Amino acid sequence: MLARRVIPCLDVDKGRVVKGTRFLNLTDEGDPAELAERYAREGADEIVFLDISAAYERRGTMLEVVRRTASRAFVPLTVGGGVRTVDEMRDVLRAGADKVSFNTAAVRTPSLLTECAQRFGSQAVVCAIDARRLPRTDDAQQRWEVVTHGGRRPTELDAVTWAARAVELGAGELLVTSMDRDGTRSGFDTELLAAIAGRVRVPVIASGGASGPDDFVAAVRQGKADAVLAASIFHRRIYSIADVKAAMAAAGLPVRTIERPAA
Amino acid sequence: MRDVVRVAVLDYGAANMVSITRALAAVGAAAVVAADPTAMAGADALVVPGVGAAGSAMNHIRERGLLDPVRNWVRAGRSCLGICLGFQLLFDASDEGEVETLGLLAGRTIGLADAPTLPHIGWNSVDAVREHPLFDGIADGTCFYFVHSFAPAPADERVVLAVTRHGRPFVSAVAQGSLFGVQFHPEKSSDAGLRVLANFVGLVAAHRAPVAGGASMAGGAHSESGASTGGREPAGTVRMA
Repeated sequence: MLARRVIPCLDVDKGRVVKGTRFLNLTDEGDPAELAERYAREGADEIVFLDISAAYERRGTMLEVVRRTASRAFVPLTVGGGVRTVDEMRDVLRAGADKVSFNTAAVRTPSLLTECAQRFGSQAVVCAIDARRLPRTDDAQQRWEVVTHGGRRPTELDAVTWAARAVELGAGELLVTSMDRDGTRSGFDTELLAAIAGRVRVPVIASGGASGPDDFVAAVRQGKADAVLAASIFHRRIYSIADVKAAMAAAGLPVRTIERPAA
Repeated sequence: MRDVVRVAVLDYGAANMVSITRALAAVGAAAVVAADPTAMAGADALVVPGVGAAGSAMNHIRERGLLDPVRNWVRAGRSCLGICLGFQLLFDASDEGEVETLGLLAGRTIGLADAPTLPHIGWNSVDAVREHPLFDGIADGTCFYFVHSFAPAPADERVVLAVTRHGRPFVSAVAQGSLFGVQFHPEKSSDAGLRVLANFVGLVAAHRAPVAGGASMAGGAHSESGASTGGREPAGTVRMA
């Protein structure tokens, strides 16, 4: 039985982990490789690095972070933020990452998903979708709009339609963030997740709004997500990965428990 | 004290070389990246890693002049481990792009049937079909990390060590003599994955042990006789500290 994944997300700025509501109130939280290794030891099923550095400071620094992490934490690594070309993706994979997630770059240049999937396989291509609720229309159907640039720029793209298109173009996984919930600790937008998961066959990673273990259960149960991502509740040690997995297991969801190496 | 086990990791441009070489180093092997046949010389074992598409992988292997060296390596009974796409390539052909692959194990790579999600990404349990030293110290049903949409269907059921369920069950580990293959990524499967690699390195050490000084012989006959028995214990299995 495929386990539902629990994924800590590390926001990285100039080679350091920062916390805060994505782009605000950044405070230094330490070395990404060290923190990733700790999470891997504690049972993280995967690690996501989100590079939030300005473009000119980015190149090289993140590759070094990935390199150092890949030699210490033997779990899958995904890097998002700032990758815009096939060659840049190649460099990130060569440094030791397994997947690259595309957000704004995919909206701007959808063919990038196809080019990267053809070159490295769909399994390495994650499309990150930041979505914001639209007011309900007359047909009473809830819709979400794709936003880019960390939520600052609306695109007029329907999030569910874009999700389906991204998969057709080559994305092997979707990282779906509710910008209404991100950083609010008010729970995942399970309606958004279910709407997208119902349209695609690839795995959906839930993001944005985790406040506690029950939210992880809801993201899988109601949101039909295959994996659940969170940042601050782990960084601030409000809950451990084991706490979250225990709640998921108690709710009857398959999770990977940490194996104890035989003596 | 025996020499450190030297493992050549085949680099045909489609794999995350960092993770597999670091993981091999973490279990005490000396890993070298082999992008051409000369780099394979002097190694005790070959690892064929990889993700991506079978067709382009085979093209790269051909372009780099690695096709015959890899085939000859395995046919000579020397130790080899295929991982993920590298595991699939060991078989005759793949439905992914309808390509002929290495032909070292009988069978075809086919798409995962009735899978609820595709690609199959994440941690899934590996259920033993029979005991084998490759899984020494690992509880039956332990989770490993998978990323794939295809898996090989071996023609000879006796090579099958383990299966995994995602939709219809598929074969997730095989052994035939000193040739091994796993559909999951041991280098991404935390402690359990490192244990499989440590076991592999231990098997390599045991396999070469009786051969005084030599690469030349390892012996096809030896590997074939070991193919179906499965009960053969290695002389010494490396244990992780």
